[in-house]
Amino acid sequence: MLTVEGLTAANLGPIDLSLGDREILALRGPSGAGKSLLLRALVDLDPSEGRVALDGVERAALPAPDWRRRVAYLPAESGWWADRVGEHFARPEEARPEIEALGLPGESLDWAVARLSTGEKQRLALVRALQQEPKVLLLDEPTSALDPEARDAVEALIRRQREAGRAILLVSHDHSQAERLADRVLEIEKGRLVGPAPGAAPGAEPRR
Amino acid sequence: MNASYLSLSYWDVGLAGLFLVLNAGLSIWLRLGLARQIAVAAGRMVVQLLLIGLLLKAIFAIQSPWLTAGVGLAMIGFASREVWARQERKLRGPWGFALGGAAMALAATLVIVVGLSALIQPQPWWSPRFALPLFGMILGNALTGVSLALDTLSATLDRERRAVEAQLLLGATRWRALRPVTRRALRSGMMPIINSMAATGVVSLPGMMSGQILSGVDPTEAVKYQLLIMFLIGGATGLGVLLAVLGGVRRLTDARHRLRLDRLRAASPEAG
Repeated sequence: MLTVEGLTAANLGPIDLSLGDREILALRGPSGAGKSLLLRALVDLDPSEGRVALDGVERAALPAPDWRRRVAYLPAESGWWADRVGEHFARPEEARPEIEALGLPGESLDWAVARLSTGEKQRLALVRALQQEPKVLLLDEPTSALDPEARDAVEALIRRQREAGRAILLVSHDHSQAERLADRVLEIEKGRLVGPAPGAAPGAEPRR
Repeated sequence: MNASYLSLSYWDVGLAGLFLVLNAGLSIWLRLGLARQIAVAAGRMVVQLLLIGLLLKAIFAIQSPWLTAGVGLAMIGFASREVWARQERKLRGPWGFALGGAAMALAATLVIVVGLSALIQPQPWWSPRFALPLFGMILGNALTGVSLALDTLSATLDRERRAVEAQLLLGATRWRALRPVTRRALRSGMMPIINSMAATGVVSLPGMMSGQILSGVDPTEAVKYQLLIMFLIGGATGLGVLLAVLGGVRRLTDARHRLRLDRLRAASPEAG
């Protein structure tokens, strides 16, 4: 589905990577290793060199806004530009069921952004990104500010996205989360992929 | 018309300066620490104005279109330097100087050429006695607007980076994602001239109009001149601000609809 060859950017790469249909790939590495840089480069938010293609369509062949609708990136800290939550959604009413599935009331669409907690923002931004119906989801620490219950709801949603045919690249500090969700876990260090993360090879037993 | 114009002697001017000396004395007496600053500022003003008086007298006497254009260019250069200096976060490289300068130069030149050749119509139309003071007023106001607008643009983008990128990530074009920031920059660039138009005549009499009245011009004639000038100034400022902001938005993004804050220098602490 997503093919990456020789991707380089400032402090990143070269990166080779492929992400298949219905695959969840977890990315792990110390702070500053380049996890977020890789996601930003993939979504074309920072200038990068190399080949990136989705289902055989080169990234360079698409206008950047179209590319970003197909490859959605959820940053660790979400951005908000209007006063009310609902104004940030392309189709607010359709977002209601997903918002409720993540443990937030449907009325949160009428809330002021200023009163949202970090965890509420994180979940609402995830639903907002899904409204573009992307083919690939790049998630940067999507549950870092959540309690266990909300985290489980988000993980369930991620699994449903996989069932719907999306490919997912997940950055997570939480080792057990990577093992619960991911088909593969890769380690990134100093801007380069250094292979499967130790103790997290495909099929590895979850460590406790 | 000039029958009532009263010429001043240097002696009169010097005596008026005694009020400043009084100020300086007060500052020393009250230990305000301003005496030195007052003296330096007053000294600079005297030297600068005497020199510009001599220079203008010479330029008016020579009556050369090239010399007039050259002085206009030098004024643009100083104005561009001033816009650059007033930015807290400047664009990297020649852009920092050139963007504001080009926007002002284009807007002010267009307005002054139309104003002189079609409206005021001195003989010749570029006559330095008309062109240079008018150009100075137009450029001075455009400078204030352009520097405020560019400063607001870069500061707001820096602060709202996440919000702008969130829109880009949802498939917005750079123009759409930056629309609120663009609007804010345009507003802050236009605000001084809008305020000064609204307050003029009520709060203060404009300097040029006061000058004409003092030199014996009929007040209604002076008002006509002032209105014309204010329209030219407003037009040039609006056009300059628009060009500078659109150019700035273009430079701070790229063709792949990315936000390019890497094209800004780090904030310089000395800018105010």
